[in-house]
Amino acid sequence: MSPADIRDEILNILEDIAPDEDLGDLKDEVAFREQLELDSMDFLDIVMELRKRHRVQVPEEDYGQLASMQSTVTYLTPLMKDLQKA
Amino acid sequence: MYDTIIIGAGMSGLAAGIRLAHFNQRVCILERHYTIGGLNSFYRLGGRDYDVGLHAVTNFTPKGAKKGPLARLLRQLRFKWEDFALAPQIGSTIAFPDVQLHFGNGLEVLEAEIAAKFPAQKDAFQRLLAKIIDYDDLNEHNFGGSTRDVLAETISDPLLVEMLLCPLMWYGNAREHDMDFGQFCIMFRSILMEGFARPFTGVRLILKNLVRRFRSLGGELKLRSGVERIKVKDGKAIGVALDNGEELEGRRILSSAGLVETIRLCEDITEVDGQQAGQMSFTESISILDKPPKQLGFDRTIVFYNDSPAFHWQKPTDALCDMRTGVICSPNNYMYDESDGDLPDGVIRITSIADSDRWMALPEDEYKLEKLRWYDRTIASAVRFIPDFRGHVIETDMFTPNTIRRFTWHDNGAVYGAPEKRLDGTTHLPNLFLCGTDQGFVGIIGSIVSGISIANQHCLRD
Repeated sequence: MSPADIRDEILNILEDIAPDEDLGDLKDEVAFREQLELDSMDFLDIVMELRKRHRVQVPEEDYGQLASMQSTVTYLTPLMKDLQKA
Repeated sequence: MYDTIIIGAGMSGLAAGIRLAHFNQRVCILERHYTIGGLNSFYRLGGRDYDVGLHAVTNFTPKGAKKGPLARLLRQLRFKWEDFALAPQIGSTIAFPDVQLHFGNGLEVLEAEIAAKFPAQKDAFQRLLAKIIDYDDLNEHNFGGSTRDVLAETISDPLLVEMLLCPLMWYGNAREHDMDFGQFCIMFRSILMEGFARPFTGVRLILKNLVRRFRSLGGELKLRSGVERIKVKDGKAIGVALDNGEELEGRRILSSAGLVETIRLCEDITEVDGQQAGQMSFTESISILDKPPKQLGFDRTIVFYNDSPAFHWQKPTDALCDMRTGVICSPNNYMYDESDGDLPDGVIRITSIADSDRWMALPEDEYKLEKLRWYDRTIASAVRFIPDFRGHVIETDMFTPNTIRRFTWHDNGAVYGAPEKRLDGTTHLPNLFLCGTDQGFVGIIGSIVSGISIANQHCLRD
């Protein structure tokens, strides 16, 4: 998956977790927390959905890497580059 | 071999089951009763549908709200707001002799009522609100502490203190006399800051949605499957043995049976201190009317009444029930969608505090007689606070602590479980966890959030 594919996939997960959020204006470099009403339970869900859908394991000490879209894509690119786009 | 075995198909067990099954765990929910729901179950009698525990879904927030337990659970379980079809309350009342405080969803009505009826306490009430908003329900270390102490140092009119405690103790306090301040804050937010709502068809709609989702994710649900014991080997739970002799293996167990009730099931424990169990149990007197309560001049959703300036929250000491206080609820008095119309019957439900030991000790014939006797006394007590509807009753039903025990299997039919909560859900075994009432959340939304949070904390991280 390319960084653009990964970004799409994260958007897809966010849509599932928070269907009422308008993700169209999401700024990649700004923290999710500042733009969306996500709590710690929702963050865990991003991790869980990545594991469920792509078998990608994010260890707890790396959760901080998922703060914004930009940092998330950067963090996941090496972990997901060999995966096929669904 | 199951990844997780869940004991109890109430709100918390079903919610936990959905979370775990969604993330591909092999999950089985075991329920002792022949139906789902636990305290929040439903039944059919004489051609009519009844809810067991439900007066109101608390924690109601409108569609689009992003904060609060309801929004959180909808996201976590991937439901739409519309799936629960919640119709908000018309308005409720705390009724004491000579003073009534009305409240609606959100604080607005209550604040105006306090300003009008307790003008000297207006600022004190704002100081109390600040303390409640400051309370962090995710930090369990400040859960304990006496609510009566906090209220006494904030509000100088004892009548207002009692009037605030009355509805919040009624809807979720397992402890007699006083209340943990954390529990008070949780109840205050869920009832007075958020509010009441109800699905037109009652609790069954929510339960059916939960069960359908759980099954569609591959979860297994076994009814009439009481757990006889939790099998323990080398300091870990390894599975359960059912009443019918069947045995199931599981990597972990999540129990909504209650703290004392769960520990008693563990085969490594020989003696359990039953004194820890809760004491607060109720009777529910249900009247079916020949017309909607509104046509009899009663348009309140819930009325919490108390017949003296002091509110007594304790197990009755000398009778089957305590007639000094009660909760009156009419399921008709919600703002249902016009397309739904009104419910098929007028209904008034009244809850009284009951002594479960006395009720459970009654022989069968006396039990029936006492039900009739206490139904009459309960209605007579309640109509001191609402229009007398006794000439319009066409059918009655009453349930008692015995009934609550059958649905919940809680010791003493304790509706809100044990006074000492196990907030983090852990037990003496590393892979046995608690969810539900004894984990500190009450109400339908609270129970669901409890199941979700314990599943997240303990069952999804490996």
